[in-house]
Amino acid sequence: MARKAKQSRSGTVLLVATRKGAWIYKSDAARKTWRSIGPHFLGHIIQHMMLDPRDGKTLLAAASTGHLGPTIFRSTDMGKSWKEAKQPPAFKKQEGGRTVNHTFWLTPAHKNEPNVWYAGTSPQGLFRSEDGGITWNEFSSVNDDKQYREWMGQEQDGTPDGPKMHSVIVDPRDAQHIYFAMSGGGVHETVDGGKRWAPLIDGMEVVGGFDPKTVTFHDPHCVRMCPSNPDRLYQQNHCGIYRLDRPGKVWKRIGKSMPAKVGDVGFPMVVHPRDDERCWVLPMDGQTVWPRTSVEGKPAIYSTGNGGKSWTRLDVGLPKKEAWWTVKRQAFAADRGASVGLYFGTTSGELWASRNEGKAWTCIARHLPEIYAVETAG
Amino acid sequence: MTDAPKVKVLIASPLLSYTGADEVEARGATLGALLEDLDARYPGIRFRMVDEQDQLRRHMRFFVNGEIVKSLSHLIKPGDEVGIVQALSGG
Repeated sequence: MARKAKQSRSGTVLLVATRKGAWIYKSDAARKTWRSIGPHFLGHIIQHMMLDPRDGKTLLAAASTGHLGPTIFRSTDMGKSWKEAKQPPAFKKQEGGRTVNHTFWLTPAHKNEPNVWYAGTSPQGLFRSEDGGITWNEFSSVNDDKQYREWMGQEQDGTPDGPKMHSVIVDPRDAQHIYFAMSGGGVHETVDGGKRWAPLIDGMEVVGGFDPKTVTFHDPHCVRMCPSNPDRLYQQNHCGIYRLDRPGKVWKRIGKSMPAKVGDVGFPMVVHPRDDERCWVLPMDGQTVWPRTSVEGKPAIYSTGNGGKSWTRLDVGLPKKEAWWTVKRQAFAADRGASVGLYFGTTSGELWASRNEGKAWTCIARHLPEIYAVETAG
Repeated sequence: MTDAPKVKVLIASPLLSYTGADEVEARGATLGALLEDLDARYPGIRFRMVDEQDQLRRHMRFFVNGEIVKSLSHLIKPGDEVGIVQALSGG
């Protein structure tokens, strides 16, 4: 289902979050030249920076440093000035209570809920702000639910960078319908605004030898909802690429049609803004000790235009060899141009752009710190 | 709180965005109370140093008169000097 682009373009804004600060890149209307604004918060670990599409000017940035605790910074003038949240995401104080290490994911809520945001943290926790990110509170019972705590696991069960709640997705048709994913801990859904949640893991595979019915073994890396068809979800998982068409409840592994020598392991995934058959992934090396590099040092995007039945390698302009970087789950984004612009940031601090849906790539910035997230704004 | 001693507090550079100075004064009968007072003067600073379970953050170090202190209940006396620093490491 492909829809036509309606808007005229005035350029794209990229919000680039890195291990050592944040940058904003602005393009001309043709998206050929780029201007860097930054650094913001130099030295801070910025996990994610997001624009509120409802007002077009409020930015939130999830920050911490190696020593200082986590916080949220907020700008209402597109990054010209920033103020710290009065009450950043934090678990309630209680016996055996957990501590937010960092806020990992930021999601503006439904268009009919202005100033409402959701945040996913490490370790896994779900938070909500109703005042545009100034104060945050735990959302629903999921953070303390006995069953969910078991599925989240303990620190020992998480990865070295910490287990994460991510991919918080609000259905544009219904503010009460929300998804989130946990690495590890599966994909989950509520249809009643967070009163009750249920796993959505059928069809997803787990590491060999383990039982896929056990929720905690599931490791979704990135879940995306198609803007043109909110009933269609795509997912890049530790164990493959999937698609789910609601109201169905069984994920279909569409990564099986990827070239065998490349495989379907990766972290990021991007969906087309108007065509629910089209999405892009960036496979990585997931062998043995998980190098998390491009496959054979030859990075490439893979695109499908038929819902995952087949995939096309897109690597024009990308390094042909000896490029041992990869792209984190939040560091791949699309704009809404008539010819969709794609953007990704690498673990080696390069920012790459394509003005033609991945057919050709140009490096628009080098020598940035390790890039954690890239989002488009405008 | 008003009876509690007001003491000199040395501020680590990553926290200067809150205080604007590397040396400030704060009042508190304990280290915990002193950090609460600092937070009242410089909103948000405490949570960067103390987590939501009231534990000193892992890589923050607190000294009173040059001696390392690891408890928020440590008593502060008149004339004490409190130092807040980041743990040092390489890399």
